[in-house]
Amino acid sequence: MKNTLKKIASSLNSLMIPLVALFLLLLFNLFRDVSFFRITLDDKGVLSGNLVSIINSASELAIIGMGMTLVTASCGGQDISVGTVSAIAGAVFAKMLLKAFTVITIPTILLSVLVAILVTILFKLFNGVLVAVFRIQPMIATLILYSSGRSIASWIIVDATTKIEDPLVRYIGMTIPGSPIPTPIFITAIMGLVLVLIFKLTNLSLYTQTVGINQGAARLNGINPIVVKLLCFGVLGVCVTLASVIQIGRIGSLTQNTMLADIEMDAILAVAIGGNSLGGGKFRISGTVLGAYVIETLMTTLRSMNVDTSSIKAYKALAIIAVVVAGSPVIKALASNLWKKIREQVFVGTSKEAIR
Amino acid sequence: MKKFIAMLLTMALVLSCFAMALADDELIKVGIINLDPAESGYRTANVKNLQETFTVENGYDATFATATTGKDQLDAFQGFVTAGMKYILVSAADTTGWDEVLENAKEVGVKVFLFDRMIDCDPELYTAAVVSDMRLEGEKAVAWLESLGLEEYKILHIQGQLGSAAQIGRSDPLVEKCEAEANWTIVREGTGGDSWDPNEARKIAEAAIDAGEDFNIVYAENDGMADGVVAALDAKGISHGVNGKVIIMGFDCNAWALEKVLAGEWNYDGQCSPFQANKIDELIKILEAGGEIEGLNELNQIINDETYFAADTITAEDVERYGLK
Repeated sequence: MKNTLKKIASSLNSLMIPLVALFLLLLFNLFRDVSFFRITLDDKGVLSGNLVSIINSASELAIIGMGMTLVTASCGGQDISVGTVSAIAGAVFAKMLLKAFTVITIPTILLSVLVAILVTILFKLFNGVLVAVFRIQPMIATLILYSSGRSIASWIIVDATTKIEDPLVRYIGMTIPGSPIPTPIFITAIMGLVLVLIFKLTNLSLYTQTVGINQGAARLNGINPIVVKLLCFGVLGVCVTLASVIQIGRIGSLTQNTMLADIEMDAILAVAIGGNSLGGGKFRISGTVLGAYVIETLMTTLRSMNVDTSSIKAYKALAIIAVVVAGSPVIKALASNLWKKIREQVFVGTSKEAIR
Repeated sequence: MKKFIAMLLTMALVLSCFAMALADDELIKVGIINLDPAESGYRTANVKNLQETFTVENGYDATFATATTGKDQLDAFQGFVTAGMKYILVSAADTTGWDEVLENAKEVGVKVFLFDRMIDCDPELYTAAVVSDMRLEGEKAVAWLESLGLEEYKILHIQGQLGSAAQIGRSDPLVEKCEAEANWTIVREGTGGDSWDPNEARKIAEAAIDAGEDFNIVYAENDGMADGVVAALDAKGISHGVNGKVIIMGFDCNAWALEKVLAGEWNYDGQCSPFQANKIDELIKILEAGGEIEGLNELNQIINDETYFAADTITAEDVERYGLK
């Protein structure tokens, strides 16, 4: 009993930063405009409102963040090519669907997604091999696809905008008729669940941490660091493809030039806000997902405050700095010291009372 | 030894220069600086048109540079001047910062043509600009809106890449109109920032709808962004197009967009012709023959002839003929 309580307390503790950030953001909105929290059923029977939009819009970021967390944990570095490789994934998906199958049905969509996942995994393994086998720093290794990914996508599919307006594809990015919840939320939940099951039920979670903390020790204990790292990149490949397909479903077109632009930065940010060390080792996927929601809440708040869109990124930066500084070791130490002092005072105070 | 190798290399360089000069004697050396063809349907058509026009068969030795930022473009431009291009064609990412390189080019006798996008500088610094009048496109769109005679104009204004000629030209007439008329209001204004990202447009629209904003017109500054807004409307079950609650306006005339206008899902699409290559080809041939370019305005411009398509007048032939594929 005491153990489980301790466990919950420790996990809450490690999720402190994203939870507090989320709480503060929502509190801010509560005072700013209560209608921010209004959720309605719209004419199509779909839940609608800022909170739904946040969870819905953050899906791509959350999914990619999950993979990014694993890569960060095992390699101690980040893959900065997720946005550009998502363009490749989207291009492969669109090409398969439109050129190879030409008919759009549920099986052909699933097959196209599968092919896109396989191709994307290959691209991610390219990154993985550079990082794991050749021991190139992740940022440099992934810089190659970061700068070339969108060109490769343009080779695969020539047109700047490829329209895929089939209702079945749109369901992936919008809502399946009859469901009150947008599909991307389901996809995020399923992906999260699958990862949690895989990593918690097996020793993979432990292996990944071990490799991230000390490769040599991991090898001595019979864990092959290369395999673990490649696996993490492979999972990231799956995440990137899913995010890409959601994006295509959202507007019914593939725009490889702008698709998920700059998402790598937000994904790294989500990992950091989630309380994960960017230097690898211990990780918490739920933290990253919360981090993604923090970022999207922030953006939605700014958008609904009608902040001038050209300066929205500056405001975002300000808020992010606040979050990151609040989560820094120095502030954390200060806070825990303060807490200790308060507790001591209270405790000493009450004990004195008791003596009297 | 080192000196000898250095001398040998220099000789080789000089000789190869001679050889190149001899080989390319008859071809006209043209350097073309353009933006990324994958940027939009407009750009794809534009780049393709240039590539098909400036060919060896047509008497050109053309070098293409794809540069998406102002700095990369300036570097590419300087490179073309150094490489001894006779003509340089530019579609500028930024409207400012060009004076120095243009003066430099003028000094060494390189002739510069601007296409698609204008630059803020002394018109004497370039030979001619073959451009669309983006402001006129905006004015046409606003005039069309006015012709509808609505009681209330509540506009969701989706701006394109901030600072680009297309964004400024298409924004200004609308903003001015809204300042002048009491029943014209811009409910929300948003932008893709440094891009024309349809998804960014979708998010702006989503935030506006969630905030309970009431709008009856979407003025999006290109087709992709209009499409992004439409996705948000569809997701929230808000009707649009002919007989719908919201009027949808886009620009560029991509084939898929015109089809939407034809189907009545959108109401308006403003044309922006990407085919400047033939005109520039014509102008260069005149200059090569020793002639003078005529018909320029005070900004040294030649304006594309452009129109617009509205849902009530568009025909299937229009889609076929004017739609960018």
